Amino acid sequence: MSTHALTTKSAKRLAAVDRFLTFIRVFLVALIVVGLLAFIWQQVDADNPFARWRNPDARGLTGDQFKGLLISGLSQGSMYGLIALGYSMVYGVLGFINFAHGEVFMVGAMTGFIASEKFAANGMWEQNFILCLLLIVLLAVFFSTFTAVLMERIAYRPLRNSPRLIPLITSIGVSFFIQNFVLGLFGPASKSYPRLPEWLSKQRSILTFEIAGTRLLVLVVAAVSMAGLWYVVERTKTGKAMRAVAEDKEIASLMGIDVNRTIVTTFAVGGAMAGIGGILWGLMFRSVTHMTGFLPGVKAFTAAVVGGIGNLGGAMAGGISLGSAESIAPMVILEPLGVPGVSQLKDAVAFTVLVLVLLFKPSGLFGERLSAEDRA
Amino acid sequence: MNARAMTLPRSAVDQDWRHVLRWGLICGLALVGLCLVGMPVELDRRALIERHLSLGYLFVLLVPVAMGWVSSTLVALEGVENRRQGLYDLVTGFLVGLMGGGVLSLLMVALDAWNLRDPLVNWSPQLFRFLTYENGMGFGAAAWLATGAVLGLAGAALHVVPAVVRRTTGFVVFGLFFLSVLEAAISDLSEGFGLESLTDWLYAKKGGLTVTSTIVFGLVIAAASLATRGRIKAATDRYRDMEGVERQKASTILFVVIAVLCVVLPMFLGKIMNELLANVGIFLLLALGLNIVVGLAGLLDLGYVAFFAVGGYATAVLTSPNSPWFAPELHFGVSLVFVVLAAALTGLLIGAPVIRMRGDYLAIVTLGFGEIIRLLFMSDWLGPYFGGAQGITNIPGVDLGFATVKGTDPRSVFYLVLVFCALAIYTSWRLQASRLGRAWMAIREDEQVAEAMGINTVNAKLMAFVVGAVLASFSGAVLAAKVGSIFPTSFMILVSIIILVVVIVGGMGNIAGVLVGSFVLIGVLGGPKQPGLLQEFQNYKLLIYGVLLVFMMLKRPEGLVPSARRSRELHQDEFLQDAWLKGDKLDDEDAADDGASVVPAAAPVGDEGGEEE
Repeated sequence: MSTHALTTKSAKRLAAVDRFLTFIRVFLVALIVVGLLAFIWQQVDADNPFARWRNPDARGLTGDQFKGLLISGLSQGSMYGLIALGYSMVYGVLGFINFAHGEVFMVGAMTGFIASEKFAANGMWEQNFILCLLLIVLLAVFFSTFTAVLMERIAYRPLRNSPRLIPLITSIGVSFFIQNFVLGLFGPASKSYPRLPEWLSKQRSILTFEIAGTRLLVLVVAAVSMAGLWYVVERTKTGKAMRAVAEDKEIASLMGIDVNRTIVTTFAVGGAMAGIGGILWGLMFRSVTHMTGFLPGVKAFTAAVVGGIGNLGGAMAGGISLGSAESIAPMVILEPLGVPGVSQLKDAVAFTVLVLVLLFKPSGLFGERLSAEDRA
Repeated sequence: MNARAMTLPRSAVDQDWRHVLRWGLICGLALVGLCLVGMPVELDRRALIERHLSLGYLFVLLVPVAMGWVSSTLVALEGVENRRQGLYDLVTGFLVGLMGGGVLSLLMVALDAWNLRDPLVNWSPQLFRFLTYENGMGFGAAAWLATGAVLGLAGAALHVVPAVVRRTTGFVVFGLFFLSVLEAAISDLSEGFGLESLTDWLYAKKGGLTVTSTIVFGLVIAAASLATRGRIKAATDRYRDMEGVERQKASTILFVVIAVLCVVLPMFLGKIMNELLANVGIFLLLALGLNIVVGLAGLLDLGYVAFFAVGGYATAVLTSPNSPWFAPELHFGVSLVFVVLAAALTGLLIGAPVIRMRGDYLAIVTLGFGEIIRLLFMSDWLGPYFGGAQGITNIPGVDLGFATVKGTDPRSVFYLVLVFCALAIYTSWRLQASRLGRAWMAIREDEQVAEAMGINTVNAKLMAFVVGAVLASFSGAVLAAKVGSIFPTSFMILVSIIILVVVIVGGMGNIAGVLVGSFVLIGVLGGPKQPGLLQEFQNYKLLIYGVLLVFMMLKRPEGLVPSARRSRELHQDEFLQDAWLKGDKLDDEDAADDGASVVPAAAPVGDEGGEEE
């Protein structure tokens, strides 16, 4: 009898939290739906009272504005995707969040700045831009990879078998260290990349989309890198080893795979992607500081979770969805609800997306790929 | 597995050259990194011993000593006869230090030859002057080679000399270091007691110990160290073994002494020291709260600053006449009730969605919440309520009837913080052994098992969030009353991480550890914006926090003052292995393989697994 009473009691208590969570879910969905409806109404009939219910000044968006938001979301998102690949791969193989991965990205952007500034100083940047671009990408990839591999060797390898929060805390320390080391080396001033040549940065019109050349470059480079990564992971022997290690380290080692080397390769590949992402960031936003890696890093992790951690295609898709959501949602959902200064809330929107995904589909939009032990 | 331990060297020059080369290079690179970050030049301004040693040189000189020590550390193996350390290790340390000095000399040559000031801001003539002792390159190079080698040798020698010497040296070095670091505190205190003549003798006019006082105190500390040999350990052991009434009596005495010190000391301290103590108190309060969430319940909350912000903003809105939305000005004490309510509610709101998540997802989502809350406080949207980027100003102090606590009188702030800290310590202490506290620890160790044992994990975790949130909100309230204004920029994620470092370095899950952590880190290095005793560290404290966090996680995850239970958890493998070694006859093949490395047992010398613990 008493056990029965106990179970019903605890079941009731559990239900309280669950009811509260359901309430949060319903509330958030309702908010999104109302915002969207108000937005659609504005587009269809701007004088309708419902459209002006919360925000009498709302004008809605023109088609071009919407396309602009979409393009900026896509290009920003593809950079998140490039960083997210590193998070996803490391999580897949080692089962912990490498918090310092954002710093690897920052090292790439910083290297790109130093190299491109030197090129700009001797005129090569203007004369032979393609060669310069290739060189700075190579340099950035080299230094990012180096940073990633070094941090694995020094900080993470000794912690291979410790409880999963220990490497996470360590990576926070590594992130702090790299940020402040770079600050000490290069100083606190914001560094700006040299201007891109005119022929590249001018506006182009593709399929009725007005797109700046820089953004086009970002999209193309991101797509090419993604294809390269896909080839490495799915078609080469190294990639096979990486997938095997992600599945089960012990069995992989029994099959004659050098687990240590494979893990280093994983960090290296993730670092290379982050390096490319860093260059693209520098070309697009043109300014780099020692803190550049922090927010994009956290958002890229969000992207990896949105796409399903451990899932490489998912990481890229997650990055693009997150970038688009971050760029479009403030204008489409918050503005019609009468929230002023929506652009300030861009980052808050990105984190809300993370909470939403974890509330509704914790395994991500495209499904996690983790080994059994990491799923616990 | 370390090859050094396995093979017995034939003679002192029969070194493991790969090992020496590796550590020499690490030593050199560490030195170069230190120099290029700009630490030596900036810290050179702080004298430790007048005209002879500055903080900058100390940092540079420490590197070869540490590397000499590390490179000559013998990895003791169970079941194998380990060789005695001697000349062989001294040679290792010497060579490592020599190489470090060599790399530093190369840096000097490079500094002279090229100008890389453009990307590297610290590539400066000052650095060159620092490295050459302002005496030209030849002298500098010779000096660094010699000092590097001698210091590396000294580091290695620490392994070789008898334990008494090691202990005494350690005592003298640390004692003198603290004596000179605490210069500001000691002069302030002796001024309070009217003992200016003591400080005049102890410290030089331009800062730093005088040479005579260094020698005298060095001898005094050495004598004290020799005299107390074995006594300290015996005393703590005796205290630990006490039971019942006796232990209670001892604890009461200890408590009364500490309480009296806390109340009396600030009366003799000046403004700056009291300000420092008040800052330490504010962060101690935060650390105690985070200790409950992270240390006891094992929930890695990276957005802890959110609760700090809620406490600060709630106090500001309720008490300030400038608050844009809430008209009546409540008294601090009355507003505290609402602060607690607001914090508890925020704790529930943030806690509810995250408690079912995996530990690492929880960390990132709480970090997200921390940012969301700061962004909301800063946004134009909630600007009419919280003042946006301009914040809320003109927050009155705490009117106690007989006195007013406000920022201009740091001593009163300290006493206010002291009350809250006492409350927090009492709460944590009582909670630790309570049913709830034991439930938290069970969840930390294994959530599924805890649930199977009938613990309502959801409620317990929510309670951890709520208790942590309330303690942090107290801290926020005190901050608001102390500073008199609240801005969103005071609540960056940085604050969460610094508190995390404090808790981890001190010792997760241990109140004494958290106390030590806050005093050492916040008191000496300083908080996110607040300077500590070593104000010269202002630009480097975050770097040091990062290094400390990594170092502690790698070498001592249980913290400086570990909680017994937590360290047993973290070293479970070692405990199991010890038990297994004792209980079983050695099986060579299994003992040599530590399970993690995939290297076969009979691996060739110097394989990649060389540094695994």
